[in-house]
Amino acid sequence: MKLTTLLTTAALTFAATGAWAESEINVMHATAFETAPTAMAGGGFLHIHNTGDSDDVLVDVRADYPRVEIHTTEFTDGVAKMMHVAGIPVPAGEMVVLEPGGYHVMFMGLQGTPFTLGDMIPATLVFEQAGEIDIMFKVIARDAAHGGMDHDSMDHDAMDHDDANHSDMNH
Amino acid sequence: MKAVIIGTTTLAIAAGLGFYTWNTSRSAVPCGDTAVAGAAIGGPFELVSETGATVTDTDVITKPTLVYFGYTFCPDVCPLDSARNAAAAYLLADQGHDIGTIFISIDPERDTAQIVGDYTDNFHEDMIGLTGTAAQVDAASKAYRTYYRKQEGDPEYYLVDHSTQTYLMFPETGFATFFKREHTPEQIAQTTACFIDRIG
Ligand SMILES: [Cu+2]
Repeated sequence: MKLTTLLTTAALTFAATGAWAESEINVMHATAFETAPTAMAGGGFLHIHNTGDSDDVLVDVRADYPRVEIHTTEFTDGVAKMMHVAGIPVPAGEMVVLEPGGYHVMFMGLQGTPFTLGDMIPATLVFEQAGEIDIMFKVIARDAAHGGMDHDSMDHDAMDHDDANHSDMNH
Repeated sequence: MKAVIIGTTTLAIAAGLGFYTWNTSRSAVPCGDTAVAGAAIGGPFELVSETGATVTDTDVITKPTLVYFGYTFCPDVCPLDSARNAAAAYLLADQGHDIGTIFISIDPERDTAQIVGDYTDNFHEDMIGLTGTAAQVDAASKAYRTYYRKQEGDPEYYLVDHSTQTYLMFPETGFATFFKREHTPEQIAQTTACFIDRIG
């Protein structure tokens, strides 16, 4: 079951983290690009804003796929190396951006369940301090006309067309 | 300002010997900022097309063509670079220049002809996806002096390190220049148009 109502998500989130969480995590622009029908993997991207006064770390992402990991890509002399990372630090007061060419949520084992334009992919972010936060990745088009390299326009796209923003979570 | 290209297929050798560097302030630079004169990049290859047919370089490079090596399991960098190359092709089409785009898988174990075909359709309706046997892919990668290495670990969800240059190739004259990840669609379109004007 891939679709969960935002209402349910918010309720679960509230219940899951409660009042003891000290960091305040806001998640925005959770998006994933549509994939080919036979794609084996997909990438998820988001902005994480820690508005609290204690540091936090994103330590895991869970979703209904055979394997989901936090990855980063490093470049050395033009060679891209994608790798699994144990966590992404989200210092107090800072915004961390998972965007193409860097940190991403790697959804693996998609075979037969591609990311289709408009889909909402439920996932749970696990933070060291804030605990579990349920979010939805909205599947957006990879618009070649805008180019692949322009991070700014990509962010605007995500912002302008992204209904998933309504699910911004505040703890 | 230095540009670097990987010239071997093993990391150890690449680290020690295989980097070809040159100074872009040389006067021989004809178009753009990454050209290298007389580099032996490209040449004959035999791969498998999206339909499963065996094809050679002369079958698929029939016009100025951007050639990229990657793998479809990569959801981040490869789509970004492929979308960028597609965007450059669309820009050039708007200017009346017909160019091709090719994506060559360096993960033939997982990337079947159908998978690379579906993948490339995502970026440009005319992008050609190629895969092949391990030997065919390795030979093509060596010809283009690209680097790739499968990471140890999971048999199903393994990752592959790989070069991210995009090569501009011409049917008759072969290699013209290459582009790095940092190049924008506009820069690629401009440099490519310059080469088209010079080479024809
Ligand atoms: Cu990844």
